[in-house]
Order: sequence, then structure tokens, then C-alpha cells
Amino acid sequence: MNNRLVEIAVGAFMAAGLVALFFLAMQVSNLASITTSDGYEVTARFDNIGGLKVRSPVSMAGVRIGRVVDIGYDQKTFEAVVTMQIEPAYDKIPEDTIAKIYTSGLLGEQYVGFDPGGSLENLQQGSEIMITQSALVLEEIIGQFLFSKAEENAAASE
Amino acid sequence: MLDTLALFGRKGIQALERLGRGHLLLLQILAGITSLLPRLGLLVAQIQSIGVRTVVIVAVSGLFVGMVLGLQGYYVLSQFAAEDSLGVMVAASLVRELGPVVTALLFAGRAGSALTAEIGLMKATEQLSGLEMMAVDPIRRILTPRFFAGFISMPLLAAMFSAVGVLGGYFVSVGLLGVDDGAFWSQMQAKIDWNEDVVNGVIKSLVFGVVCTWIALFQGYDTVPTSTGVSRSTTQTVVHSALAVLVLDFVLTALMFGE
Repeated sequence: MNNRLVEIAVGAFMAAGLVALFFLAMQVSNLASITTSDGYEVTARFDNIGGLKVRSPVSMAGVRIGRVVDIGYDQKTFEAVVTMQIEPAYDKIPEDTIAKIYTSGLLGEQYVGFDPGGSLENLQQGSEIMITQSALVLEEIIGQFLFSKAEENAAASE
Repeated sequence: MLDTLALFGRKGIQALERLGRGHLLLLQILAGITSLLPRLGLLVAQIQSIGVRTVVIVAVSGLFVGMVLGLQGYYVLSQFAAEDSLGVMVAASLVRELGPVVTALLFAGRAGSALTAEIGLMKATEQLSGLEMMAVDPIRRILTPRFFAGFISMPLLAAMFSAVGVLGGYFVSVGLLGVDDGAFWSQMQAKIDWNEDVVNGVIKSLVFGVVCTWIALFQGYDTVPTSTGVSRSTTQTVVHSALAVLVLDFVLTALMFGE
């Protein structure tokens, strides 16, 4: 076979393979939306983070503004310390913002939602969010509901 | 009684000897890279016969595997009203498992058997000894370019398989079954992680490429130089490659995704 034709075929083969990898990177996986490590980090302490994981989204008004980059545990206060990286474009978040852990859908994954406060100071690199609300644990809610039902019934039968 | 025991022992020693010869051959092949680098033309010719000619079978299989995944996944997910996750399911199973594994099986059947038959016949017709007579090292001249051609081709083929498979799944689920176009891609992009899923799949296909090419080359080089011997080696290449790929896939999956 002609040597040049072989080289062209091999070149086309390798190009097609790389295009396929590029397609997997950009269209199939999240590589396009991975933020390089710029942005600023803020921390928040929660009593219970439920099923929150590293890389879980941080959103404000439903828009994703960052990711959870680290989850630690403070042995003195028995709280979870969640470090979040916020994209640099979102630099006007009031200091007294409330961080809550929500679940997307009934069985979906958990994420951190920010409810903006009214302060004129903004969150910066290293600042800590003071007001937080823990994850809702479904079993606890059901337990409370059953308990209050039982009390109602007891009161009614007296 | 003692005879059967001795038979077992002999078989075991033979198997270990083969294993040892295989590893020595691999070392010699790898050492040949020094003489391959100045002559990349040899490598190009081998990528042509190992990689380029495997593209069609890999692409067609990938398309149909992706389409079947779309249909089957829709059947299960629609029972939970979770059709929007179809893209995640198709892409995750292709990128993590089916891409590397099925491509490696096809690669062993299409390219590995051809390699074994080629090198086995070279040995049977004493072309390898002929090269040695001319003071050309047959391992460096014949085996090393083929080994690296397999090493380079396999991840590219696996990536093509996964990409074509995702497109096949897309055609079936969005075109045929009416899954939402935006949800298909956005859920996929949200859930498939570049490092966790795609890179691990590429690592798998690299490992499979090394193992399949190595087995094929060793079976050819170590064959009994008769027509029966070559045909047996060719069969063994496919059988051993398939077993090695499936076992290694379990080990790699446990290492990468198990916690």
C-alpha cells in the first residue's frame, strides 16, 4: 500500500480518537464547567450536613455560584465545617447571608443554598458564615410527626 | 497416585515457565523502544494495521451498544418517571465499563488474533530466524512496533466507542423515545465527572491495550511452529485476552470506584 496513504489513514485515526476524547471531555463530562482553583473560599458550620458531599453545588436563588471543596469536623464544638469555593464573578454576597442545606427533589442530592442578608459588607476570602441551617433529616421529621400525632390522640381520648 | 501428583507438578512448572518467558519478552519489547524512536515509520505502519482497520467494527458496535442502552435504560427509568437521567445512565455505563471492556474484547478478536497468526507464521516459516541471521533483532524489529501500536490504538478506540455510543443513545432516547434534549445533556454533564469517570475509563483502556497486545505477541512468539500450533495459539490469544480483560476489569473497578 502507498506509504503516504498509510500515513494519512493513521493521522485521521489518531485525530478521530482525540476528537472522541475531546467530545467526552466537553460534551459528556463536566470538564467544561470545572472552575480552576480561582475564586474565594468561605466556611460555614453546620450541626448536621446530612448527605452533603465534596463537589456538591452551592447555589443562590437557584443559580449555581460555587462548589463545596472540603468537609471537616470540629471535635471541640461537634460541628461539621464546610468549606465552599465561590466563583470570583459572584463577589457581592452580603456578610450576613444564611447558608442552608437543601435537597433537590424528594430523593435528589443535597446542596448548599444561600439566602442573602442585608449587610453592606460582602463575604471575602476566608470569611465565615455565621447563620446556618442544618440538613433536614427525613427520619427525624417523620419521628416528630408521629410523636405529635400520638400526643394529640392521647389528649383527645382523655 | 504419585504419577498424577507429578503430572500436576509438571503442568504447574510449565505454566510458571511460560509466565516467566512472557515477562522476559515484555522486558525485551520495552527495551526495544530505544531503537524504535529513530524509526517511527514502523510504528505508523503498525498503527495502520492494528488501529485504523479496527475503527469500523468498534464504531459500529459502539453505536448499537449505545442504542440498546438507550432502549433498555428507558424501560427501567420510565417506571420511576426518571427518563431525564437516561443520558447519565448511558454515558456512565459506556465511559466507565462498556467502552474499555467491549473495545478490548473486540480488539483481542480483531487485532490480537491477527498479530498472533502473523508472528506465529513468521516463526513457522523461519522468517524470525532469518532476521536473526542478518543480525537484526526480531524482537526490536517486529514485536516492539506492534506493542506500542496496540498501546496507542487501544485508548483511542475506546474513546471512539464511548463517543459513538453516547451519540447512539442520544438518537434513540431523544429521537425515538421522546426524552427531553436539554435534560439528556445537562444531567449527563452534571453527573459525569472528568477525573472520576472519563480518566479512569482511559486508564482502564490503556491497561487492557497493554495486556491484549502483550498476550497476542507472546502467543505468536512462543508458538509451536506448525500449522496446528499457530491455530492453537491464535485461539488461546482470544481466550486468554478475554479472561484477562474481564478479571482485570473487576480489579481495576474495585480499585477505582470501590470505597
